[in-house]
Amino acid sequence: MSHSDHERDWHYPDTAPGDQPFEGHDAAESVGSYLVGLALAALLTVVSFFISGTTLVWGPSIPVALVVLAIAQMGVHLVFFLHITSGPDNVNNIMALAFGVLIVLLLLAGSLWIMAHLNHNMLPMDQIMQMQH
Amino acid sequence: MSAFEAAADYGHPRRAGREPARSTAEHGAGELASKRIVVGYGFWIFLLSDIVMFSAFFATYAVLVGATAGGPSGRELFNLPNVGIETACLLLSSFTCGLASIGARMHRGSWFYGAMAATGLLGAGFLGIELHEFVGMIAQGAGPTRSAFLSAFFTLVGCHGLHVTAGLLWLLTMMAQVFAKGYRADILRRVLCFSLFWHTLDIIWVALFTVVYLMGAAP
Repeated sequence: MSHSDHERDWHYPDTAPGDQPFEGHDAAESVGSYLVGLALAALLTVVSFFISGTTLVWGPSIPVALVVLAIAQMGVHLVFFLHITSGPDNVNNIMALAFGVLIVLLLLAGSLWIMAHLNHNMLPMDQIMQMQH
Repeated sequence: MSAFEAAADYGHPRRAGREPARSTAEHGAGELASKRIVVGYGFWIFLLSDIVMFSAFFATYAVLVGATAGGPSGRELFNLPNVGIETACLLLSSFTCGLASIGARMHRGSWFYGAMAATGLLGAGFLGIELHEFVGMIAQGAGPTRSAFLSAFFTLVGCHGLHVTAGLLWLLTMMAQVFAKGYRADILRRVLCFSLFWHTLDIIWVALFTVVYLMGAAP
């Protein structure tokens, strides 16, 4: 197994995170990409604020809707502001991002899960106070 | 070459430079990543670790959000119209920061300085509203020492505010450096890192206004 085997298809130079690919992009197109991102992000934000105070939808679905909207908006920011793409020049950026997301999810889900169980297994506070007397 | 020598070469790749021609062929297109890519990627890793740190604060907040110790809860404290203005400030500043990075790439001063100044003003506006909110909460006895919920709130939101403050100082530094040194490659790398930082702060704010403010103030 030599290096050249897997480096032969290394035609694409990497792109730094945050950089737009240079080829075929003039300033107007670059600004257009940011404008699309701004419009989408603003739309998602407005919907989030509207949903949070509305009685139009079933109450328990509101937090779920808010989380979905927030994740969608983070995706919009990553694509249109940070120019993270699924292209071969972005593989390293995507892999680092995927690892970061994995750690974040483990940390959040693990903390909430464990602390919910601890709460569940603990005596209610008034009973603890009674036992101390 | 013996197996031992091969292992030694493997451990010290620079020694393989004895055969420069082969070494170039082995690197496919024959090019190393440019310094801009290496710097940007390294800063990307830092930002991801910063996000991991924020996720720990988010987890702490989510665990402690109900621990109000008889004090006020988010529903009584949060002022959603203010949060909406903060969000608009930060989102617009992310956009103008993008314009500034285009201006820097095209070496166009009016564009770069104008967009950076707009970014800084919007960021300062965001910070001003946030500080006003903090001062108001502390004045009505809802400071970070009131309850575990408020400790977690001030830690999480305050940490983001500190990041924005650092970003503002960095922004002014970049304007001064471009002014003093021009659009040199090393200065442009710093501008790239700054714009990554600023966009990431906005991404964290999206999670923040959703989890803390919208979910906290929801009926």
